[in-house]
Amino acid sequence: MSGKGIHIEGLKKRYGEGDTAVHALRGVDMQVAPGEVVGLIGPSGSGKSTLLKCLGAVIDPTSGRMVLGDEAIFDNDWKVHDLQALRRDKIGFVFQAPYLIPFLDVTDNVALLPMLAGIPNSKARAKALELLTALDIQHRARAMPSQLSGGEQQRVAIARGLVNRPPVILADEPTAPLDSERAMAVIRILNDMARQFETAIIVVTHDEKIIPTFERIYHIRDGVAHEEVGEGRRFE
Amino acid sequence: MISLAGRDILHSWGKFVFTGVGLGLLIGVTLSMAGIYRGMVDDAQVMLDNTGADLWVVQQDTQGPYAESSSLYDDLYRSLLNMPGVEYAANVTYLIMQVSHGEQDVSAMVVGVATGTPGTPGQPQYLVAGRHITRSHYEAVADISSGFQLGERIRIRRNFYTVVGLSKRTVSYNGDPMVFIPLKDAQEAQFLKDNDALVQQRRRNAENPDFNRPGIPDLLAVVNASQSTNAYVNAVLVKLKPGSLPEDAAEPIRRWMRLQVYTRTQMESILMDKVIDKSARQIALFLVILSIVSAAIVAFIIYTLTLGKIREIAVLKLIGTKNRTIAGMIMQQSLALGVIGFVVGKITATFWVPIFPKYVLLMPLDSVAGFFAVLAICALASLVAIRMALKVDPAEAIGG
Repeated sequence: MSGKGIHIEGLKKRYGEGDTAVHALRGVDMQVAPGEVVGLIGPSGSGKSTLLKCLGAVIDPTSGRMVLGDEAIFDNDWKVHDLQALRRDKIGFVFQAPYLIPFLDVTDNVALLPMLAGIPNSKARAKALELLTALDIQHRARAMPSQLSGGEQQRVAIARGLVNRPPVILADEPTAPLDSERAMAVIRILNDMARQFETAIIVVTHDEKIIPTFERIYHIRDGVAHEEVGEGRRFE
Repeated sequence: MISLAGRDILHSWGKFVFTGVGLGLLIGVTLSMAGIYRGMVDDAQVMLDNTGADLWVVQQDTQGPYAESSSLYDDLYRSLLNMPGVEYAANVTYLIMQVSHGEQDVSAMVVGVATGTPGTPGQPQYLVAGRHITRSHYEAVADISSGFQLGERIRIRRNFYTVVGLSKRTVSYNGDPMVFIPLKDAQEAQFLKDNDALVQQRRRNAENPDFNRPGIPDLLAVVNASQSTNAYVNAVLVKLKPGSLPEDAAEPIRRWMRLQVYTRTQMESILMDKVIDKSARQIALFLVILSIVSAAIVAFIIYTLTLGKIREIAVLKLIGTKNRTIAGMIMQQSLALGVIGFVVGKITATFWVPIFPKYVLLMPLDSVAGFFAVLAICALASLVAIRMALKVDPAEAIGG
């Protein structure tokens, strides 16, 4: 699925009113092209998670404009009505912990979304297997999440995020629980998938090991995103 | 469409089965309570069936012989035989007492019956062993649940009786076995005083100037004799000629003989509404309490199970799973728990019912109704967990 990636203009988010109001985002501008992986960094309390929640259509911004793929999802007072369908069809999520469904095997964890969307089970599983093969974890297709290593679980979580071919993937600290080697492997996979499926990927991270791999980085300080040029080192 | 509930149950089947077994034992108790109520009703109906009577003639202004005491002269049955529509009329007495056999006592309803021709109402209609009472004294037919053996000698008051026949399902409305003895013996057992009481009564009569008049020397002997015999029965059972309607036959008896007459329908309603009503309401209340307890337990279990899946539910919601899919998963698990519980409950109730001391009747229709009640309770109980699941913020899946 190709599209226009992520386009954010003047995004603001305020919690509370009056003297106690907290301005978590103070007019964030951001652009991520299809096929691009950008880093989102910043200290705790800078507004990273708030930005991710706004992009993930989990909370409403106070003002601004957001476009995911080729569809505006928030424009000041207007927002998309069916947020569940938006999250299902337009956004892929990869979390700090994989959060796989413990009672489904690897294939069904990945195939769950298309199945819930009404695609026949056999077709959904074929789609999942295709992705598991792309991520080189097809040999664990029938395993339960508890039988996988941390790296394998994270690869399954990436496959789940990609299964509906969303134009956008939001990755929240995807390498936090992994060692250097596995962390680099996950970043390589995200880059490969971004190129292969024309997906715009934002990776929120504190991980010093992977920050040098981004070509572009958004650094959030006090609710404002500053664009920086990354080192764009090649993966080892 | 994938069944999330089914997969979760298969994945953690041990937890579900053990929880279902616990719930099943509670459902088993509930089904047994319903069976106890049905057993009480059946005991009452069987007691009426076993009399073989179409009409119960009792003392005026009483609801005897089961709900109230009733006393009639024992020669009334002769007049009743001449009433229109009456084929048979037979005296009967009922006395709840302890019958001794060996070293033990058995609580029983002793029934005094007329030893007449076959078809006489009051006697057990079918025997499983032995024969009917043929002699006027000291023979008994007992229900098999009394534990008496054929040929055994049992003691009622001061007299011994030989068990000559055994019947089955001849019980009183409260489930006690019936012991049938000849009417004369029963009348004596019902009103017989001990020797000391007789001596005391004769002394009082002798001291009473009304009974001991110098001018009438035989009066005292007559009074004493009349007080040592019993010419009363509790009811007269009437069997009607084929084609006679109970109400048509009852009306002339009420009007001309100034007696109370009950038809089978009326007697059944007296037993249900007056005799076993309180017990029935007690059991009904118990059923309601057990249902509430079951619902609370299911609600707690499902709530706890859901609480353990909060993170998964947040992830499911974040990746776009519809609320109704999540609600469906929780409700299906609750219903599955109910089905497991019902199956376990039905099986355990079936196995433990025979060891109950009183008759417990598990009716298939009650089981069907119980099954749907369990499903309804489980569906209702899952609402608390569903409400909690729907309130889960998908943002919980994202850190920060």
